[in-house]
Amino acid sequence: MKYRVLLLALLVPALVMFGCQKAEQAPAAKAFTVGLVTDVGGIDDKSFNQGTWEGVLKFAADFGLAKDKDVKYLQSTAEQDYVPNLSTFADEKLDIIIAPGFLFVQAMGEVAAKYPEQKFLLIDDLVKDANGNFVPNVANATFAEHEGSFLVGVAAGLKAKADGKNTLGFIGGMKFALIEKFQAGFEQGVKAVFPEATILVDYSDSFTEAAKGQALAQKQFNAGAYIIFHAAGATGNGMIKEAKERQEKGEIVWGIGVDKDQYSDGVFGTAGKSAVLTSMMKRVDVAAYDVAKMAKDGSFPGGQQLVFNLKNKGVGIPAENPNLPADIVAKVEEYAAKIGSGEISVSEIPAQ
Amino acid sequence: MTKAKNDKLVLSLVATGLGFLLGAIVIIGTGKNPFIMLNAMVFGTTGFNIAKGIFNARYIGEFFIQAMPIILTGLSVGFAFRTGLFNIGAEGQVLVGGLAATVVALVVKAPAIIHVPMVLGAGMLAGALWGALPGFLKARFNVHEVVVTIMMNYIGLHLNNHIIRNIIGTRDGVKTALFPHTAMLSSDFLAGITNGSRLNWGIVSVLLAILMYWFVIEKTTFGFGLRAVGFNKEGARYAGMKVERNVVASMAIAGAFAGLAGAVMAVGTFGFGRTLPAAEGYGFDGIAVALVGGNAAFGIMLSGLLFGMLKAAAPLMQSAGIPKEIGAIIQASIVVFVAMKYGLEKLLVLLGRKSREPVEGSAV
Repeated sequence: MKYRVLLLALLVPALVMFGCQKAEQAPAAKAFTVGLVTDVGGIDDKSFNQGTWEGVLKFAADFGLAKDKDVKYLQSTAEQDYVPNLSTFADEKLDIIIAPGFLFVQAMGEVAAKYPEQKFLLIDDLVKDANGNFVPNVANATFAEHEGSFLVGVAAGLKAKADGKNTLGFIGGMKFALIEKFQAGFEQGVKAVFPEATILVDYSDSFTEAAKGQALAQKQFNAGAYIIFHAAGATGNGMIKEAKERQEKGEIVWGIGVDKDQYSDGVFGTAGKSAVLTSMMKRVDVAAYDVAKMAKDGSFPGGQQLVFNLKNKGVGIPAENPNLPADIVAKVEEYAAKIGSGEISVSEIPAQ
Repeated sequence: MTKAKNDKLVLSLVATGLGFLLGAIVIIGTGKNPFIMLNAMVFGTTGFNIAKGIFNARYIGEFFIQAMPIILTGLSVGFAFRTGLFNIGAEGQVLVGGLAATVVALVVKAPAIIHVPMVLGAGMLAGALWGALPGFLKARFNVHEVVVTIMMNYIGLHLNNHIIRNIIGTRDGVKTALFPHTAMLSSDFLAGITNGSRLNWGIVSVLLAILMYWFVIEKTTFGFGLRAVGFNKEGARYAGMKVERNVVASMAIAGAFAGLAGAVMAVGTFGFGRTLPAAEGYGFDGIAVALVGGNAAFGIMLSGLLFGMLKAAAPLMQSAGIPKEIGAIIQASIVVFVAMKYGLEKLLVLLGRKSREPVEGSAV
């Protein structure tokens, strides 16, 4: 008897909720749907997950799609979540499924093979089958990070030279080919305008620990570094924090942001000055927006590699650089034009 | 079933119920329908989507994939706990287990019937060594195992990264080459019946591990000795038991369970060795699983499945607009409610007395 009452007590609310749910589901015209699967960094990583989501949100705003309904995201807690998260969106038959970061390459390859009807976009790497061919339902967006990094290298080199300093620094996240592209471009940019400069290079082995980035920044600043460029996600934010703290104490040192315009992250004091000299923007938002739009227009670039570089404004420095003198900006633009036209070619492999 | 065991079960069930209730309240607070959570839980474990009326067996397979490693780390933490030791190092033991499995999978060439047991054995052995060291330090020098195991987690993480990057070699800086088929636990049969999920033969090793745990702890003299040390170390010593030996053995076996989790994930779920920027939390989930499971084999299996369900439902809830943090809130509040067991016990006794009182009255 007691159990029957208990069962009933459980059933009634369940049924009531069930009823509510049914009533809520009003039939609507099928809108275009976008799904983003983040890696373990999360949606608010101030880096490429967030950047990609911002591109998706802009797409939603431009085409009147509802957030959390037509465009939505899944955050991964661990690497084993990548496959089920992508599959969940594929089961829901979303019109395009986006994953940022080369860590997804294996998972997306598996899921794309299992759901040939669904369209996928991988940012930062290329999905290929066992024979090394592109997969028809996956678009691949990559960036010419070395070209953008070259420009901030030029800016850093000129700034250091003008202020009579000769040491610069680079802090990378984990040491693999993608991050080495940033290092390579930066080094070549600095050397192009300031061949005598010394560049300190450190890898933090982490994209998530700001404390590590700050410790490495302390080390490099103490060793005489004047400007540090980071390609280390949240770890690099520790470097910007260190630059900020030193500027507050009157020591002039600079940080260079990455992926997004990080000027606002470097703002300190009451005067609104920032310790971020400039940023190497990697427009993952543009990639997400463009490919979603192509899919919507029926021209999804499946099985292709889209390269976002200086020429198509996929990488570059921000439009506004309050900390850079006009002559340096002019010089940077000159180099940008030369790289865009192919007059200068930037290597992806670091010298050191 | 004895009364004590029965109480433990009721306590865990009540704590779980309260955890879900709290989760539902939070969902209502954010203006969403808690039915979405219920539907996600059912869909994520049984493959039946009540709201849409569809069935997809893949979700059953992925549910087990989520539950398997945390059941094993739960066994790891629980086993040490029965000997009065707090194994915070399951995380590191998972990592070195995965590393050893990776090495054997890539280096050894053998038919599957030999290769797979070698891979799993290597994972267990590495985990056992990683657990035995803190056990030894505890037994010999009385260094607290909590401190040592936590530190061993970091050593395990960076050892894993260093060896994979610099000795085994990687394809792209983070992943090793794919393992040969002979090393893999993957099964076309299991994938086939679950609509292409990653479910693999690792599940058999998990079931065996649960049975082993039960048998060793409950049915052997050795297990009795371990439990005796857990109840009262000095008492056990007085009774002539080898306390030091039992401490080391307990930590080694605990480590072997976690090492198996690492190996099963490497050759079951992934099929390649991985470098990691940070630990993924399987060891810490194991603490929660062991606590809610009352450190008993069957209980750990159930609570592992429970937390596996929360993990499996997370993408479905997120996709319906409920943030993944709700799952974490439920998991954390279940643990908190279990930890508040004295308060809950009192409450249960009070409720029990009230409902019994009229019956007693009528008998007079």
